[in-house]
Amino acid sequence: MSEKVLMKGNEALAEAAMRAGCRYFFGYPITPQTELAAYMSKHLPKHGGTYLQAESEVSAINMVYGAAACGVRTMTSSSSPGVSLKTEGISYLAGADLPAVIINVQRGGPGLGSIQPSQSDYWQATRAMGHGDFFLPVFAPSTVQEMADLVYEAFDVADRYRTPVVILADGMLGQMMEPVVMPEERALEDLPAKPWATDGHRGARPHNVVNSLFLDAQQLYEKNVERFERYEQIARDEVRVEEYLTDDADIVVVAFGAAARIARSAVNDARAKGIKVGLIRPITLWPYPSEAIRACDAKAYLVVEMNMGQMVEDVRLAVNGQAPVEFFGRAGGVIPRPDEVLACIEELARKEVVSHG
Amino acid sequence: MAQQMQAVLAGFGGQGTLFAGKVIAYAGLIEDRHVSWFPSYGPEMRGGTANCSVTVSDEPIGSPLVTEPDVVIAMNQPSYDKFVEEARAGAVVVFDSDLVTPEDVRTDVEKVGIPAARIAQEAKMDKLANIVLLGKLWDKTRFCERATLDAAICKCVPSTKPQLIEMNERAIEMGIDA
Repeated sequence: MSEKVLMKGNEALAEAAMRAGCRYFFGYPITPQTELAAYMSKHLPKHGGTYLQAESEVSAINMVYGAAACGVRTMTSSSSPGVSLKTEGISYLAGADLPAVIINVQRGGPGLGSIQPSQSDYWQATRAMGHGDFFLPVFAPSTVQEMADLVYEAFDVADRYRTPVVILADGMLGQMMEPVVMPEERALEDLPAKPWATDGHRGARPHNVVNSLFLDAQQLYEKNVERFERYEQIARDEVRVEEYLTDDADIVVVAFGAAARIARSAVNDARAKGIKVGLIRPITLWPYPSEAIRACDAKAYLVVEMNMGQMVEDVRLAVNGQAPVEFFGRAGGVIPRPDEVLACIEELARKEVVSHG
Repeated sequence: MAQQMQAVLAGFGGQGTLFAGKVIAYAGLIEDRHVSWFPSYGPEMRGGTANCSVTVSDEPIGSPLVTEPDVVIAMNQPSYDKFVEEARAGAVVVFDSDLVTPEDVRTDVEKVGIPAARIAQEAKMDKLANIVLLGKLWDKTRFCERATLDAAICKCVPSTKPQLIEMNERAIEMGIDA
């Protein structure tokens, strides 16, 4: 096993991606993600890989498209405004059924926004990473260890379902250091075979074509239907969620990523005051752990996010009117404090006493 | 009750506050505790103030951003003024007494000033005022075993510059004795 080391989240993403067999990285610098690209530029060539700083985000994502079509493990990373630029290419990746990993170390928005941590790209990641009918798996790490573990797995999920996968991190997770144990280095020859790839074959088989253009409506319709059958399988098999103290909880806090760390502190503080409160932390944001949220059957839910209220809509869909769902958020790069979340939990607990005696 | 230390280390960019914070974090890692290190990374870092939050705890750490430190190292006046204000009652605030004049009204924190930059300069180790202050902080709080601190230095100094390890260890000692 590897030694436990201190690493920035951005560096952990880069190192773990290489260990997962990623040998082709295309990027463009942007704060607070830059350490990831810097780490790749330093270390990828030593692993026989290629680091390429493209002339723009649009260019970088299309290089990812080309590399993915050739059947290699490939990745790009950026922060919010840069990810917006990549969305056209991400839609093409989805339309061509290409596996790749896209990392968003989110910062405050909209526009150029700030460079401080934010979760305001939740809707973009889970609903609209480009035009057209498609979803993609979205992983939301909450620790530096999870940054490493989830990017490592993301490549397998991408290959298994032939889909781009997003890691939705943020400036806090990217910039902070925590102890991390790196996963094992994967041997390239052990990676899954890709018989569909457009690699060289010296005439040994018919040509493979990778393409997202289907001018025949019926053909494109069937492509979409087949893809959505795969999405059903992903929704069935790939949901990940962490539950903390939810067994006897009257109030359940729902939070992901960096916000979940703060929410967890608040849950501990509220427990110390005798309030029965737990935490559900979605690790996949798509597919969403609706069932786990519904199943805990809380009297009230509190959603905590570093935005103006985005995931709260998915919680409301999951709860479907069976219990009140309240929201607390800080946006624009402001990091919520545990005592602010605690105050919301206490307020909810008071209301519950009033309404249920 | 679980033991936890929340530290803020602040100064001008280039004074080494981020490095000193990393040494504390590594000391926690070596003693198998939960640790987090979180830098300020705004545009103010170039020539302006730089700071980092470090938490060492027996429990998993929530927010890595320290808003009420129980330990502060301040290497310039603006950093001292800002973080002495935010410090928890009973906090230890270590600062460079040549660079900082305490003008605050806090009476519930322990203020420890030493001329760290001068001490480092006189020992021909100009850039190690941060580690001198770290030595004093350790002396006041004993946040880890003494040997762990040296082991943490070894982890943080780049392997290409082994000669710096011994200098850093001396700087720790000078801080403790100051």
